[in-house]
Amino acid sequence: MNEFLQQVINGLSLGSVYALIALGYTMVYGVLKFINFAHGDVYMLGAYSGFYLGPMLQRAMPNNPVIAFIITLIASMIICAAIGVTVERLAYKPLRNAPRLTVLITAIGVSLLFEYGGQLVFGATPRSFPQIIPSVNVISQPLVISNHQLIILGTAIFLMLLLNFIVLKTKLGTAIRAVSYNVQAASLMGINTNVVISFTFALGSALAAAAGVLFSLNYPSIDPLMGILPGLKAFVAAVLGGIGNIAGALVGSFILGLVETFVVGYLSPTYRDAIAFAILILILLFKPSGILGKREIEKV
Amino acid sequence: MYSPKRSDLVSSFLLFTLLTMLSGCAPQDDRIKIGQFASITGKEATFGISCSNGVKMAIDEANAAGGVLGKQIDLITLDDQTKAGEAATVVTKLINQEKVVAVLGEVASSRTLAAKPIAQQNKIPLLTPASTNATVTEGADYVFRICFIDPFQGTAMAKFTATTLQKKKAAILKDVKSDYSIGLSEAFTKKFKELGGEILEEQAFSSGDKDFKAQLTSIKAKNPEVIFLPAYYTEVALIARQAKELGINVPIVGGDGWDSPVLIETAGDALEGCYFSNHVSVNDTTPVVKNFVDKYKQLFGTVPDAMGVLGYDAGKIIVEAIKESKTGKPEDIRNALAGIKNFPGVTGSITIDENRNANKPLVVLQIKGSGFVPVESVMP
Repeated sequence: MNEFLQQVINGLSLGSVYALIALGYTMVYGVLKFINFAHGDVYMLGAYSGFYLGPMLQRAMPNNPVIAFIITLIASMIICAAIGVTVERLAYKPLRNAPRLTVLITAIGVSLLFEYGGQLVFGATPRSFPQIIPSVNVISQPLVISNHQLIILGTAIFLMLLLNFIVLKTKLGTAIRAVSYNVQAASLMGINTNVVISFTFALGSALAAAAGVLFSLNYPSIDPLMGILPGLKAFVAAVLGGIGNIAGALVGSFILGLVETFVVGYLSPTYRDAIAFAILILILLFKPSGILGKREIEKV
Repeated sequence: MYSPKRSDLVSSFLLFTLLTMLSGCAPQDDRIKIGQFASITGKEATFGISCSNGVKMAIDEANAAGGVLGKQIDLITLDDQTKAGEAATVVTKLINQEKVVAVLGEVASSRTLAAKPIAQQNKIPLLTPASTNATVTEGADYVFRICFIDPFQGTAMAKFTATTLQKKKAAILKDVKSDYSIGLSEAFTKKFKELGGEILEEQAFSSGDKDFKAQLTSIKAKNPEVIFLPAYYTEVALIARQAKELGINVPIVGGDGWDSPVLIETAGDALEGCYFSNHVSVNDTTPVVKNFVDKYKQLFGTVPDAMGVLGYDAGKIIVEAIKESKTGKPEDIRNALAGIKNFPGVTGSITIDENRNANKPLVVLQIKGSGFVPVESVMP
């Protein structure tokens, strides 16, 4: 029984990392109806921002690891938000009226640019992420829960609530929803769609950066290709929960995290990725709108 | 605006082709070309870099001493980015474009195996410094190695675990994507059971994974006395950390894939007191090891790991084989390699046996603080 409960905890902690990445996917998809395949690589850039900033802040405030960590986290989020906006301006904005497939292929190009450019700039060797907050077990009997797991889970839920607040309660959020409903109509109503889209990218990229820093704190080995698989998994999670739906991204991520952990723990680790992607195929076949998504009729 | 005529285009194309051909045909007879492929970048970069440092050191020494057969040696090192597919590509390039007479390479068995059919087909000798998987040299009379093989390494570690450590209940966590890891765990299991040991649980992961808590939770539930972890350092470090977090406090035992300074940097104190088998201990005080370590440190600024030492020995042996071949032709080099006997390498006396493997002792190291301390030496 303990083993089972421990696996549930492992699954939830894995799911909360997917959730942070999936939220960004869903945001961008909700507004632009396009999958930003470079999202996983922004996550990687977030981890590297933390890798360089972390030790600096640790030296600046050796007695306050928690504050050093929060500043590292926020600074990494700001850096990646800036990167996200820049990418959108340079790579996606010129293609605003191009077919969706063109933008998709551009996104794959941007993704490869980050991955292999990252190998040039950071070096391809895996690096050891600094232990800004040392790992401590909050509970160790009979189940093991570490402070890192709680930090990740807490941050994922907090950021989801914050995102929900921004999207539902603020003026900019209302504009985001208007643009996601119909870009042309929104711009006719006087909404500056370019600002809204940039803001969406900033939000999504900041979330990816947070995921990168939090993930690396728990699994302290980072490399320029680290974003590929988590990026794909988070995409599966977002589709599973209903892409474009914020709560759906969270639900989908937790389900995926639990399924993967159980497959590894009770079946065979060899099947883990196969099952994750089989879920994607099944969802796309039988319920393309996902668990919490609404069925939508494609406007022609 | 000037627009080029067709005849212009044709003539410039012809000129270009001619120049390329000329440069391709330029006489290179005063030099001997040796190729090397290594994981200079990617997940196992520390292996590739230190191995190619060692090779470079050996070749530079040979060149400084006047070269071999009266010619200088050109070492062409290509990066395979820690990818098996890329290894096949760069080895093809070394053989077909660079026209090397011999290829040195790879530390990882998976990537040497990717290069094996290419070298064999083109009849170019391939000498690997550190690929320990048993199948690497099987059925390919142009493929050699200067290290021990996994069955020996796995067997030795099983013996060490069962008799020296007196642990009889083990769990295994292996990397299903790595030929090296699978080979080691098979050999370990066989010998460990022979010695009265029991494998309580066998779990697996894929290289590149970051989260191992599911596997470790299953292992913990079985209460093993020791965990055998035949994997490479990147994953070993993360696994050790997570095992510690889950409250698993039994010794972890592994193979030569652990040997990297990054191991302890990432694992912190999670691996304190654990054991792994290796080709050589760089803390050895015998003059031959000490001289090598000092010179390596002077050249590259770091203490070499075992891969650096093996790379050096591989470089020395290929130079020796070229010298013995008299002609510098791939076929004669192959025959000379097959005849290497009692070569005084830094990693010990190297003799190539009839299966093109080297018969050598291994040493078991224990992790203490930030260093590796030799515990015992096992003869084949």
